[in-house]
Amino acid sequence: MSMVFIVTALVFWIVTWAINNALAKRRFKDRTVQAGVDILIPVLFGAALLVLWEGICRGFSVPTVLLPPPSMIWARITSSLDILWADFQQTYMKAVLAGFVMGCGSGFIAAIIVDRIPFLRKGLLPIGNLVAALPIVGMAPIMVMWFGFDWPSKAAVVVIMTFFPMLVNTVAGLGATGHIERDLMHTYASNYWQTLIKLRLPAAMPFIFNALKINSTLALIGAIVAEFFGTPIVGMGFRISTEVGRMNVDMVWAEIFVAALAGSLSYGLLALLERAVTFWHPSYRSK
Amino acid sequence: MPMSIKREGFAAILHDRLIPIGTVLLAIFALWYVFTVVLNAPFERDQAERAGVEISTSELISKTMAQKRPILPAPHQVAVEIWETTVEKKITSKRSLIYHTWVTLSSTLLGFALGTGLGILLAVGIVHSKVLDKSLMPWIITSQTIPILAIAPMVIVVLNAIGISGLLPKAIISMYLSFFPVAVGMVKGLRSPEVMHLDLMRTYNANRSQVFWKLRWPASVPFLFTSMKVAVAISLVGAIVGELPTGASAGLGARLLSGSYYGQTIQIWSALIAAAVLAALLVMVIDLIGRSVTRRMGVVA
Repeated sequence: MSMVFIVTALVFWIVTWAINNALAKRRFKDRTVQAGVDILIPVLFGAALLVLWEGICRGFSVPTVLLPPPSMIWARITSSLDILWADFQQTYMKAVLAGFVMGCGSGFIAAIIVDRIPFLRKGLLPIGNLVAALPIVGMAPIMVMWFGFDWPSKAAVVVIMTFFPMLVNTVAGLGATGHIERDLMHTYASNYWQTLIKLRLPAAMPFIFNALKINSTLALIGAIVAEFFGTPIVGMGFRISTEVGRMNVDMVWAEIFVAALAGSLSYGLLALLERAVTFWHPSYRSK
Repeated sequence: MPMSIKREGFAAILHDRLIPIGTVLLAIFALWYVFTVVLNAPFERDQAERAGVEISTSELISKTMAQKRPILPAPHQVAVEIWETTVEKKITSKRSLIYHTWVTLSSTLLGFALGTGLGILLAVGIVHSKVLDKSLMPWIITSQTIPILAIAPMVIVVLNAIGISGLLPKAIISMYLSFFPVAVGMVKGLRSPEVMHLDLMRTYNANRSQVFWKLRWPASVPFLFTSMKVAVAISLVGAIVGELPTGASAGLGARLLSGSYYGQTIQIWSALIAAAVLAALLVMVIDLIGRSVTRRMGVVA
């Protein structure tokens, strides 16, 4: 009986691999078909991975405490939507969003100030670059002590984590305009603010969006890890750490699924926004 | 925009690096002291009020910097703690910060090495196989948008349950975190040779492995070191977070956790500083190795 699962999974894996192999080697003339195939291949690969996971779990009857099969995780997700939603609200809607907006906003403003004062740029940028590489999540216990167990302490961690990437990237972006463009603005007799708003900020947008995309992942990580240090009894990080302790691994996977969904959706949203704002950038121009 | 004056040699370093960075650092320390006084003062005032004594401002300020469990320890308190736990304690002692740093460092390095190896292997596969490229690459990119660190506790506990404990589970988390930047960077690097160079290799009748070793690999080295700098920083984060859920007894993450349980703020800050110094050192070492390697390969910096 158990062999059936393994063999089925393996056969499915081989078949999808063969299909993908054939698809990847062919070139389609129609552009929409090619785009569809480019999406189909990773989807098939992902499906094959899931089937293999399911087959191995059932075939070798892996204890569910170690690795629950995808079907079990899915059942857990659908049966505990209310808990997942409450956790999502606590961690994402409150801590992540508040922290993200404050961190990115203050990083942006700091970048404009730093850009205005060359002395600060020389002094602060190397430090900002260094801090961006430091394990800032370690600040979490201190923030929990300062701002209490509820979401403000998590938002504070997110603020610190997102501030420096935003600062460093925005300063780099503000320096991205060429001499010719700036000279042109000069001949138009435009003042500092006109140059900033009409030329330098739009030119900095690819850098700013890069920081926003990095930060969207960092913010989620910061909020979840900060919850390991103490929370009210709700939140994604809290759920993960307690359910791991109770060996409810399927619930942990469900929570991770939610985190993954939230992470990739916010990333996708930012990417769409970037496309709309920086339509002029070479990488988005239609060929 | 003010005209920038060209300086050379020592004067350039002095005016463009030392003075600005030093000023900013001084400002940070000054702010730190101010916050120490402001944040710790309520406790001292409360104490004085309960004892029914008047407290002068100078007394208040000196007392805020000598609390046992301050809300924010003063920099010199942290410095004293670091000195006591590094120089005055034996390295083998459980209270030595060097011991804890070493525990974290060893799993960081193991995870980093594994992650870099895995990342390079994946990148080589992706560059040479169209199927892998089309089916795996989108998932690698998607997985970067996922808060992977969230699964750290589960990995630790599950591996513990099947009898794997100690260094390896933490290293696996570090590996998991660090292989993404390396894989993505290396795919970029291995694809960086221009069409002209690839065509040249073709005219030499070079086979795939020759193209790889003589053209693609050397071309990807700068990309490798850039992504390794990201990877080593992130694998340190992975090792620290990996120490949190097991109630680990050793490591910088364990110091953070036990500090937060018992309100030992000075201990938390000294562990934080140790982590920061470690991260900076690791990135610097990779940077130096990268520079010397690229210089030997004849890249003009």
